[in-house]
Amino acid sequence: MFPFIFDWVSDPVHYVFMGSVYTVLISLVIILHYCAIRAFLDVICKKGKGDHNHD
Amino acid sequence: MDSASASFDSALIPEGVKRCKLKWFLLWIGILHGPVMVGVVATLMCWGLALNVTYLNNNFPFGLWIAADLGVIALGAGAFFTGFLRYILNIDELKNIVNFAVVIGIMCYAAAQAILGVDIGQPLRGWFIFWHANVHSMLTEVAFCITCYFMVLCIEYLPLILENRQINKIGFFHGMAHHLHEAMPTIAAIGVFLSFFHQGSLGGVPGVLYGRPFAFREGFLVWPWTFFLFILSAIAAGPCFTILITWITEKFARKRLVKRNVIDILARISGRLLVVYLVLKTIDTVYWVSIAGKVGAPFSSFYANHPYGYWVLVLELGILGVIPAIILLSTKARQNENLLVIACLLNCAGIFMNRWIMTVQTLVVPVMSFDKFVSYHPNWVEYASTLLYLWLGAIFISITYRYLPIFPQEKELNPL
Repeated sequence: MFPFIFDWVSDPVHYVFMGSVYTVLISLVIILHYCAIRAFLDVICKKGKGDHNHD
Repeated sequence: MDSASASFDSALIPEGVKRCKLKWFLLWIGILHGPVMVGVVATLMCWGLALNVTYLNNNFPFGLWIAADLGVIALGAGAFFTGFLRYILNIDELKNIVNFAVVIGIMCYAAAQAILGVDIGQPLRGWFIFWHANVHSMLTEVAFCITCYFMVLCIEYLPLILENRQINKIGFFHGMAHHLHEAMPTIAAIGVFLSFFHQGSLGGVPGVLYGRPFAFREGFLVWPWTFFLFILSAIAAGPCFTILITWITEKFARKRLVKRNVIDILARISGRLLVVYLVLKTIDTVYWVSIAGKVGAPFSSFYANHPYGYWVLVLELGILGVIPAIILLSTKARQNENLLVIACLLNCAGIFMNRWIMTVQTLVVPVMSFDKFVSYHPNWVEYASTLLYLWLGAIFISITYRYLPIFPQEKELNPL
């Protein structure tokens, strides 16, 4: 399943399939970290609750 | 109930809305635990005594569990499709129901994965499908997509938890919820990508069974036509399930939670998609009838086995297809709440029936001259372990509704 340990098969189908899976997983991790870091910076900069307005 | 518990409970309830007393809420949750326990016993029997406690056998490795799995995944499509309409197509009114669609989506996908955990017989080996992935199998794609999409749903649910009255007082969580809302279009786009493929691949599984003329279809590149029909039927039924559960929640809460114009938008879109699906499904059925006869599998042979007669086709496409489509397309009929609920109920029943046909009836039809017709009826263990997730879903929705602000219009519709 992982490129650095056993059972990894190097053929185009595996690259497309596993590549898509890892793209999705990495995107989700980046989004979560981005939101957490922005929230942390807001706390550091003491941004008030009124500055956040969403539906 | 002591006053400390009651005040702790009321501190968690969203501001400006009314909820029932804690004792009634706990009584309701307690009542739901009765059937939950029956389901837990059935599940433990499957794990402890193996699958021979069910009526599954070598003729029917796919039974109620897989049909229910495909059904709840299709009904859960309301989450990704409402997200698509709200965040990608920018239909702004749907912001008032998209949160609840996510809650229903989590319920459906958690149920689907848990049912699979029982169905595979040895859940401790469930990770094999990820580690030893057969990338040529549509079911592998389904397993990966469902798992990833469940993660997406959990991330979509996260800001709702963070907006709980007490949690939201903490600056970091307040900011996190805000930034997650900002990132929601990207998250919704990932959800659409994953859902498109797993909804389709679930349809692809029967479509590629070239040894079973009842289900086999030609298609486009590697995808049989059933791939596209499953996507279309899921996005036609998913919003109806969201409407249905919203209606049930409103009945239990005894108040309006969503404005009628929001429900009407979802119902109208669902109706149009259902018509497109019915037209394509009819064309597919007619084409399949003409082709199957030429390869030695006459149409009559598909419906010669009791109880799967021609009535199945009439019920699936007619009563559970055309009737809800007519109601959902008519503005006047949609505005009648009873008719709308009946249409949603028929539409959701239709999707379950379709999934049952594509899994169980596919296996019923004998394909060899020496094959005997063997029927299949689920036993109580299968029913109880499947319905378990209905009761757990009711508990999940009850807790979410009580403590999280999932209906933005609730305050406006029910001023204190």
